[in-house]
Amino acid sequence: MNDMTTLPVTDVPTLEMQGVTFIHRGQRLLGPLDLQLRGCRRTLVMGPNGAGKSLLMRLAHGLLKPTAGRIHWEGSAPRQAMVFQRPVLLRRSALANLTYALAVTGTPLAQRRPLAREALKRFGLAALETRPARVLSGGEQQRLTLARAWLLKPEVLFLDEPTSALDPAAIKAVEDAVQEFHAHGTRILMSSHDLHQARRLADEVLFLNRGCLVEHSDARSFFTAPASREARAFIQGELVL
Amino acid sequence: MSTDAGAFMTALTLILGLDPYLLDIVALSLRVSLSAVALAALMGLPLGAALALWRFPGHAALVVALNALMGLPPVVAGLCVYLLLSRAGPLGELGLLFTPAAMVVAQVVLVMPIIAALARQQVQELHQEYHEQLASLGLSRLRMIPTLLWDARLGLVTVILAGFGRASAEVGAVMIVGGNIDGVTRVMTTAIVLETSKGNLPLALGLGIVLLGLVALINAAAYLMGEMARRRQG
Repeated sequence: MNDMTTLPVTDVPTLEMQGVTFIHRGQRLLGPLDLQLRGCRRTLVMGPNGAGKSLLMRLAHGLLKPTAGRIHWEGSAPRQAMVFQRPVLLRRSALANLTYALAVTGTPLAQRRPLAREALKRFGLAALETRPARVLSGGEQQRLTLARAWLLKPEVLFLDEPTSALDPAAIKAVEDAVQEFHAHGTRILMSSHDLHQARRLADEVLFLNRGCLVEHSDARSFFTAPASREARAFIQGELVL
Repeated sequence: MSTDAGAFMTALTLILGLDPYLLDIVALSLRVSLSAVALAALMGLPLGAALALWRFPGHAALVVALNALMGLPPVVAGLCVYLLLSRAGPLGELGLLFTPAAMVVAQVVLVMPIIAALARQQVQELHQEYHEQLASLGLSRLRMIPTLLWDARLGLVTVILAGFGRASAEVGAVMIVGGNIDGVTRVMTTAIVLETSKGNLPLALGLGIVLLGLVALINAAAYLMGEMARRRQG
């Protein structure tokens, strides 16, 4: 299933999941699932609603604990950040949202503002510095969460359907940001149900259906010759039931 | 002119003439109630936030108890503090009974549950929105508390005001532990009770007007502050 020999493998730690299962109120929502994510790649998590995409990312990020099984980073756990479907921003100015994240990570006070301003500029938000974060447009808010993630210098970036509520221009901005993260050596794990987006971004695809990992393959082979019936149907735009 | 209207005019004269006796009482009232609210907020806000963030055995009982204490009758609070501080009581050696300090303690007992219980609701709501993001940033629950309290500040101003309303309006607790001693522990509410019973309606009415005015002023300021902030924050 895995063919990564041709792709560069940098020193981002490998994530390993063994028999990971998540049960909520007696209902199995995910797993049992075995998975290995290697290298500095862009992995798109795909599948219909309720397939367990968000759950998989939250488990990998450590926001949720699996009911059974083991999640393990080879070596030490990498620096991580997560961008959510609905941006969660503090009730403060755009700049203060960024200096807050820097404070949390222990950046010296004198460096916080300059670093935050630099990040605002990088994501095209320099003019909005003093605006309260929560009156920004949806696209601006998502860019601000990306700027916040940028300041955390993550080795692994999780993005949970970050563009599902955005217009095309804002989607482009988010995708550009994802590419920029990756170009700077950040491993990407992003969920999406947009096939075009996945084609634009993915090195490899994890295809989930009803809480099971159906396919884990290289992007090219996934889109041209999906191995599973469910993935074929999904790509052809059929309803996967 | 009826006697009531005459009393009203005299009351206004006392207020506008900045009558020193009246001013002393007003100043002491403010000192006691503001100190009590400040102390109650210092304890109640973190306690409310902690109750919003942690679940432990007995959590539900504690929340119910706190909610129930919001309705604690002031005279009962006063009696409890009286028993604590009286000569024979466990804290009698401090000699606090019939001092402004005792009045502050009694009002803290009244106000702290209000602030803690209402703050818990506000923080819990905000925590639901924030917790994944804050956890993702690597914050422990303890470190989430200052963030949540600051970001809930608009709602918490109203909570603290509710506490101040309670403190400045109650008479039972300060009467019992303060004793309404002229020039020492006489505050607006206890003075109103005394002056009314003595038939000195102008002074009672004057104090009543000042009390009403203060509460209205503080609430108006808080409302304006909240509206401005809400418009700015969206």
